[in-house]
Amino acid sequence: MVGFLQFVIDVLSLGGAYALMALGLVIVYGILRLVNFAYGELIMVAGYSLYLLNGSALPWLVMAAVAVLMSMFMGIATDYVAFRPVRAKSVTAVLITSFAFSTLLQNAALLFISPRPRNIPLPDLFTTTIEIAGVVTPVRNLLTIATAVISLALFAWLMRRTVIGIAMRAAATHFTMARMLGVPANLIISSAFAISGLLAGIVALFWLGRIGSVVPGIGLEPLLVAFIATVIGGMRSLQGAVLGGFLLAFIDTGLNYTLPQDLLKFRDAFTFSLVILILLWRPEGLLKGPASGQRT
Amino acid sequence: MTRHLMTLAVLIGLVVLVVLGAEFAEVRLLSRIATNLCIMLVLVLGLQVFMGNSGILSFAHVGFMGIGAYTSAMLTIPVQMKGMALPDLYPVFAGLQMSPYITILIAGLVAALVAAIVSYPLMRLSDAAAVITSFALLVVLHTVMLHWSEVTNGPRTLFGIPRVTNLYLAAGAAALAIAAALAFKESRLGILLRTTRDDEVAAGALGAHVPNLRWIAFILSALFAGIGGALWGHFITSFSPKAFYLKETFVILGMLVIGGPGTVTGAVFGVLIVTIVFEGLRAIEGLVNQAQLFSEQVVGVTEITLALAMIAVLIFRPGGLVATREVGDLILRRMKLREKK
Repeated sequence: MVGFLQFVIDVLSLGGAYALMALGLVIVYGILRLVNFAYGELIMVAGYSLYLLNGSALPWLVMAAVAVLMSMFMGIATDYVAFRPVRAKSVTAVLITSFAFSTLLQNAALLFISPRPRNIPLPDLFTTTIEIAGVVTPVRNLLTIATAVISLALFAWLMRRTVIGIAMRAAATHFTMARMLGVPANLIISSAFAISGLLAGIVALFWLGRIGSVVPGIGLEPLLVAFIATVIGGMRSLQGAVLGGFLLAFIDTGLNYTLPQDLLKFRDAFTFSLVILILLWRPEGLLKGPASGQRT
Repeated sequence: MTRHLMTLAVLIGLVVLVVLGAEFAEVRLLSRIATNLCIMLVLVLGLQVFMGNSGILSFAHVGFMGIGAYTSAMLTIPVQMKGMALPDLYPVFAGLQMSPYITILIAGLVAALVAAIVSYPLMRLSDAAAVITSFALLVVLHTVMLHWSEVTNGPRTLFGIPRVTNLYLAAGAAALAIAAALAFKESRLGILLRTTRDDEVAAGALGAHVPNLRWIAFILSALFAGIGGALWGHFITSFSPKAFYLKETFVILGMLVIGGPGTVTGAVFGVLIVTIVFEGLRAIEGLVNQAQLFSEQVVGVTEITLALAMIAVLIFRPGGLVATREVGDLILRRMKLREKK
């Protein structure tokens, strides 16, 4: 029983983080049908913002808010630098520019900050543990679950009840038609990137909270996680992304609990083979998105 | 036909010029740079064969380069060194030591074989799905290289690979690669594949078997990558799986995108230009680090420049510097215009 509860907490806290990451990737993909390879660097940006604020006297929550804002800002910058100029040209071109932008940000961090890991400030709450029904777990895990639930609820409200959310869903369903009905394309795309950055920033706090430091290559793993989760759940469905995030966390944690050490190091190979198989078997993912329309 | 021969002559002439330049200068560093440039030519042309003709971005290319490098390394490390370099090697291979000239070819074939098996189902996908699967394939290949210690010595550096690749071998391979890439491009298969690139639905309706065409190009591209990887391995002589991941992918992709993925000329020009700029920047970086102007090492300037150049090229010249016409075509056109006057 104790083992089971431990497992559930592990899956939920990891899954919450994964789901938010996947959501951030899908919200852009849903509208533009384009993968943002620079997505992981948003997490890096949030991390370095925290690092740079480390010495200041600000309370941690303010630092965290600034970091999330920086990540949002960088999300919008991605749109302006890598997506907007080449959006209408070809799919390949945008994928390459976003890949180039990701490398650009990473190397800027290498050049201007340091190739070595940098410590980030964390509140004491992140390092304490509590005991629930015999299970000792870091408070951080519970915070992750709570934040994920709140963010997902807010996100659902935003997408269902507000004008901008409805416009975004309309654009994801049929971009051209939405434009004809007066939905401003650039505004919608920029807001998608801003939300993407917001989600990445929130996840970054917890993701980096586990590690305690930030390096230029930090973004790769979250990017891969978001990739797998979205492909499993459905590249174009927001609910699918959340489902995929939790499912991936379940698979990962399950493998961690059951696989022998020799095979555990090949875990990434297994999960990515799973991605390839799912894309072949069900290119839409587990949950289908809205009916597809033309891009641009 | 004349224009194709002209293209071939000009491009191989460029390679010869690079070789002669490096030889006459008699600076060891220049000869190394030139050798590296020729190996990059093989790799970038390999990517061009698939990406240029099919229009699909492939991230997995560097993974096949790694397969080639490790295959050749495993077969050529001297028997007495194998115990140290590859302690976990399967006993079958432990006593084996082959001539590197043969294993470079074997390396290409192994990479092509792996590509043939894993890519067959993937070629049905287009656009973003194709790119994500190729990215996933790169991660899978990298993870396998990182942990299959029997063959790759795990994440540690593999050493003891005999040094065989010299400037002439690399240049010869580059010349062959140019000829093969051109031949494929102008062959029936190449032309058919490009029709699927320009309009997949129309080409399919006319009877082109899209997945098969892509598959053949992908295998050919992996053959280049395997040979290029083996040449690189026998040039560097010690490497770790890290060498075959996103950084290398970025450089190869950058060369192709800047030069122009659609043409063989573009691929060759891209390699030349990027190499020259890279080496220049690297020299500056080295000087700055030597002078210790800053408290920390200066790293990453080359990558930042390449990234900016790629973005700029894609915005202002989406097809790359040489987008559609090969160099032979351009020269003949100009000559004809002059005759008319």
